[in-house]
Amino acid sequence: MTPEQGIKRRKFYISIVGLIVLIIGMFFVSLSTGVIQLSPLEVIKTLVGQGTDKQELVLFDFRLPGIVLALLIGTGLAVSGAILQGVTQNDLADPGILGINTGAGLAVVLFIFFFQDTFSMTSTISAFVMPLFALVGAVFAAFLIYFLAWKDGVNPIRLILVGIGVNAGFSAALIIFQLKMDPQDFRQATVWLAGDIWSANWSFVLALLPWILVLIPIALHKANSLNVLNLGDDIAAGLGTSVERERRLLLLIAVALAGACVAAGGGIAFLGLVVPHIARRIVGPTHQRIIPISTLIGALLLMVSDAIGKTILAPTEIPVGIIVAILSTPYFVYLLMKTK
Amino acid sequence: MIAAITHSRLLKTIINIVAIVALIFSIGISVSYGAVDINLSTVWQAIFQFDSSLTSHQVIQELRLPRAFGAALVGAFLAVSGAIMQGMTRNPLASPSIMGVTNGAAFTLVIMLAFFPNVSNIVLTLASFAGAGIAVVLVFLVGSYSSSGLTPVKLALAGVAIGTLLSSISSIISLHFQLEKQMSFWFAGGLAGTNWTSIQILLISGGIGLFLALVIAKSITILSLGEDIASGLGQNNLLIKVLGIIAVLVLTGAAVSIAGTVGFIGLIIPHITRFMMGTDYRWIIPSSAIFGALLLVLADVVARLINAPFETPVGAITSLIGVPFFLYLARGSGGGK
Repeated sequence: MTPEQGIKRRKFYISIVGLIVLIIGMFFVSLSTGVIQLSPLEVIKTLVGQGTDKQELVLFDFRLPGIVLALLIGTGLAVSGAILQGVTQNDLADPGILGINTGAGLAVVLFIFFFQDTFSMTSTISAFVMPLFALVGAVFAAFLIYFLAWKDGVNPIRLILVGIGVNAGFSAALIIFQLKMDPQDFRQATVWLAGDIWSANWSFVLALLPWILVLIPIALHKANSLNVLNLGDDIAAGLGTSVERERRLLLLIAVALAGACVAAGGGIAFLGLVVPHIARRIVGPTHQRIIPISTLIGALLLMVSDAIGKTILAPTEIPVGIIVAILSTPYFVYLLMKTK
Repeated sequence: MIAAITHSRLLKTIINIVAIVALIFSIGISVSYGAVDINLSTVWQAIFQFDSSLTSHQVIQELRLPRAFGAALVGAFLAVSGAIMQGMTRNPLASPSIMGVTNGAAFTLVIMLAFFPNVSNIVLTLASFAGAGIAVVLVFLVGSYSSSGLTPVKLALAGVAIGTLLSSISSIISLHFQLEKQMSFWFAGGLAGTNWTSIQILLISGGIGLFLALVIAKSITILSLGEDIASGLGQNNLLIKVLGIIAVLVLTGAAVSIAGTVGFIGLIIPHITRFMMGTDYRWIIPSSAIFGALLLVLADVVARLINAPFETPVGAITSLIGVPFFLYLARGSGGGK
């Protein structure tokens, strides 16, 4: 091992520990802030079962599910972005920009629209059915983009442009369907589409958890394929990788993660784009390191954004997707200026 | 020259005349269709033999005519604005909605509505010019500081990013000041609120913009050959660009302040007119105005038809029409290489 690799490795472990500490700190900050203030001591007391009924209600029924959901969604979107950037060899790829989020969103809105009488949006059944619908929408969007961008192969630039177009089309269709909803559903859909997790309950957490628990380990397991694919198709094939097969599998993981996250938290844009870049800056180009670091940064960024959204203009709650966009678009623009 | 044969002066004139006739006819449809359908002869009477005691005449004079004219003007302005941008930058994706200009105008509008709720319509319009300007400047800054210039993909991404940033800040302001209802109108794009006052604002500001556009049309043609050639021919490129940007701002700002964010018209129409009119911007600019007007008047009729009695935002309709076209461009010259 060269000294440089040693430094990278040490940086990796230090960052992991640092990020976990930050996440735990943020976790307690998020738990104690809100309309009803709780001191950190009260939070700990309540967590170990010594709080009042009211404190338990606030913590376990309102704040905790939202925070856990933020952690999961941040993780999922960040890994989805890391995979997409690796697979498309495009630094500016992200499930939001490529229209995958909107595809999932459209499927969910269609679901609300057609089955709004059958069950309400926050019910337990729909919490579990919605990710499936979102997944179908995300896969459909991804397939459509891939198909439309195909012209003697898929080049990264065309992929992005086609993604932007498909995104605009889905958004327009979304608006039309949304307007056909009754006012109650319309409001829910609007807030939800802006990327929002405050109405979270435990069934959303339970619905998203299996996706994260299954897909992220697979992504980690496939990290080496991402490294190889990043060398370019020819070299990858020369190294004995069946390029197309690996690429499709990885794409499917990314799309499934994005779809499930959109179903749980709405369309949070730019998170999947910015986080892998920060991760790459810290630990270099190896995906075995980028993916774990991305999960932590993604979780932290979404938790912080959620906390900002809840407190900055309290009592007005700002949807978390808006805060994420404001925090990350300047960095995106910076990346855009640097990319060739 | 092939262009000279296929784009003969006579043919171009005929196409434009047909388009004007179609525009007048579609304004007629727009006026006669509505919650109560009014036949065209009544429309004719309402315009030329106005009788204030008849409800149908009042509806036409006070609601439907301004709306139809508003749609025509907004469509024309956005299309011309897109034509100028594409001509100046030689970028097939340059257009008000792609470059986040419309989000910029909405951004300053929401600031005005939140902090100075009592300002006049004129001030609101001026504010939306300023907002359009902010977005254009930001997008061009990204382009000029980036290593490989403002390629189509960079333009699109910079537009998405700056548009998202500005509209995110707008959402926060509108959430906090509870302006969602007013703002959802701007963001979705609609012509329902058009009245004669807004037509006046449109005519004045748009008139200036159109006049500027026509004055520099020839120079834009030369500029579209490439900056080196243009300056080789002795043209002051900087002056033309400044005038062009002013025209774009005035046109887009006026359109957005009346109709909100209407997507893709400024992208599609210039391509269609270039296809029919050739490369001379003295033809492209006026025909863009006519075709843009025609498209938006028709889109507005569709917007009212599709989910009657509720209105669908016209921006959603133009986006649905525009996306296939955008994809075609993205696959072709825009995304080539």
